[in-house]
Amino acid sequence: MFTPEMRASVKNVEATRESRMGAELRRMTAEEKEALLGQYHPDYKKDSFETLRVGPNKGDKAPAELVALLQGSSRIFREDVDLTRIDYDVDVLVIGGGGAGASAAIEADENGANVLVATKLRLGDANTMMAEGGIQCADKANDSPAIHYLDALGGGHYANKPELLKRLVLEGPGAVKWLNELGVMFDKEADGTMITTHGGGTSRKRMHAAADYSGAEIMRVLRDEVLNRDITVVDFTAAVELILDVDGRAAGAVLANMETGEYLVARAKTVIIATGGAGRLHYQGFPTSNHYGATADGLVLGYRAGARLLYADTLQYHPTGVAYPAQIFGALVTEKVRSLGAMLVNADGEAFMHPLETRDVSAASIIRECSTNGKGVATPEGSGVWLDTPMIELLHGAGAIEKRIPGMMRMYAKYDIDIRRWPILVYPTLHYQNGGLEIDANGRTPVENLFVAGEAVGGIHGRNRLMGNSLLDIIVFGRGAGKYASRQSKGIRTGELTLEHIHRFEKERRDAGVEDAVSSPLLLPTYTHRKA
Amino acid sequence: MEDMVNVFLQGKKYVVPASLTIMGAMEYAGYQLVRGCGCRSGFCGACATIYRIKGDRELKVCLACQTKVEDEMYVATLPFFPLVKERYDMEEIRPTDQIMMRLYPEIYSCIGCNSCTKGCPQELDVMQYIACAQRGEYAECAEKSFDCVMCGICSSRCPAGISHPQVALLARRLTGKYLAPEAAHLKSRVAGIENGDFTGLVESLTQKPIEEVKELYNHRDIEE
Repeated sequence: MFTPEMRASVKNVEATRESRMGAELRRMTAEEKEALLGQYHPDYKKDSFETLRVGPNKGDKAPAELVALLQGSSRIFREDVDLTRIDYDVDVLVIGGGGAGASAAIEADENGANVLVATKLRLGDANTMMAEGGIQCADKANDSPAIHYLDALGGGHYANKPELLKRLVLEGPGAVKWLNELGVMFDKEADGTMITTHGGGTSRKRMHAAADYSGAEIMRVLRDEVLNRDITVVDFTAAVELILDVDGRAAGAVLANMETGEYLVARAKTVIIATGGAGRLHYQGFPTSNHYGATADGLVLGYRAGARLLYADTLQYHPTGVAYPAQIFGALVTEKVRSLGAMLVNADGEAFMHPLETRDVSAASIIRECSTNGKGVATPEGSGVWLDTPMIELLHGAGAIEKRIPGMMRMYAKYDIDIRRWPILVYPTLHYQNGGLEIDANGRTPVENLFVAGEAVGGIHGRNRLMGNSLLDIIVFGRGAGKYASRQSKGIRTGELTLEHIHRFEKERRDAGVEDAVSSPLLLPTYTHRKA
Repeated sequence: MEDMVNVFLQGKKYVVPASLTIMGAMEYAGYQLVRGCGCRSGFCGACATIYRIKGDRELKVCLACQTKVEDEMYVATLPFFPLVKERYDMEEIRPTDQIMMRLYPEIYSCIGCNSCTKGCPQELDVMQYIACAQRGEYAECAEKSFDCVMCGICSSRCPAGISHPQVALLARRLTGKYLAPEAAHLKSRVAGIENGDFTGLVESLTQKPIEEVKELYNHRDIEE
């Protein structure tokens, strides 16, 4: 439960609750948002970014932790991997077993390809599993893909790649229908109407959900479908380098058994990188809501093979990570809590912002409240602001929390905090990598036969992603990559396999004077003996 | 000085801060986890764990990422459990009484011991949802099992050899696909998009000068 200081602050929250109930808070103007972001959003903290000295994005900025890995030393540089001994020989190799990888595998299989999924943990161990709030698509009468486009473009600071965003919004309803027909249990009214809510920055209620297990429900259905199709899945096996053929086309990957260390060669006609995000790199020392395996491996592999990064310098800090208790510090408190009406309130009980600003703006606003404004609540890990969860049942009736956000209720109940009675303490947590490898609308990179899907892609969301557009993008672009990679695999005759590009990269690195390179990709974070 | 406790990880004693979760304690002790660690937030079921407090007869279960250590705690992790997963084609099967009999007939051998329910770290009424599946009440089974993280602890304790999480998953997919009412608005929107009704609107946005788009965005009406 709470400390005495926290309890005292809760009194302030309770004292203002009734007066806040009916209040519609003002949204910030475009100018106010810009000023706030520039001063408080972590993306604008210049000294935590470094300039790449090697590779296709030489001269561009990226977080220091990512730069170290991108310019790192190959894990197999000194290993003698025999590329003529082929362990797996397939049409389509999917690297990563999350929502994008599973969608890609299903569609590639549907289109007649022989598919291999390699994943460093288990199939379904991914950020998808942890997406709580929902998935956007413009399927209601008062909504349209054009409105969805505008919301995402404005939220993304007009930096979204138009061809990608167009595809996202136009294929959105089809993606949700596909999931529904696979058996995903979306929240519906008795007549079948999808129950939808707002997310930060949406102008229509288009957030479709499965309680607050949206991503978990989607992921377990996709996983089941992959298994039903007898697609080969090799788990606890990480891709540590891409393999090219002598013509410079993607032609497979060197895999490493995570437990035995054995190297395996997978030859493929097309390769899809679906390795997800990078929260476990803990940029700027932030905690993360991400999966244990979110270490940017795919970015490293693709970059070394010649694929370009787009917006590698923009990250998403989810405004409401757990600030207390310490055991779940940084875990996600779904945005759906705010969609359902809970306000963000400071230590004095003041609602300091509209609860449904976009994520970057909300995160910056909370950081300002806890720093310059001095109105944060002290916690063992730093500070936080209140998210006034008891408002939800006052607005939607008793039982609403258990029905709509059971996962949140359970997570806090384990630490004796009943979120129906007590507000909770939140602070921004590293949540999503807005940037990633650049693709065209069909998921292709400039490296022939190399595709990317999911969080490893950059450009769909511009410089800030809206809630619910990530679950959507993994399905839309995962399926797309699966389809195109499958089609393209037909008729390809892979040439002799080579790892020459790794040696070239290694030389370039040394020529650029990058010393003491770390071994990369990272594969897993190290938390032993309290090293974080 | 931090409050410390004794824990026994796979039988070996370590002294760890009392504030840690079991997963945190394993890492504090020096384990670089590969198995038995996933989302670290209670959604993925990778860290099913069995423990006993010294002197206590009761064997307890939990998710290692969601449970604090206790003094004199003996911990064994269950990083993998061999569930039975049958293959089926969702387009062919239907939510009939026979489908469970065909795919997971062992559910009818349930002896009602309720060990599954006692073992569930999500506190689901596992035996009851299996009873629903036996009766062909798939929507109820789906509802009761919805928060399942598929950790497999229930199955590890079942004398009848039932793979509860897989039974529940089948029931949920049948419910989502066949039993839940169809979303007519979704179907018609997809048809509209396929008909090209929305392409022009979206394309016109991609063509507009940025200043005009900003105006549109900053003055768009927001649904109450």
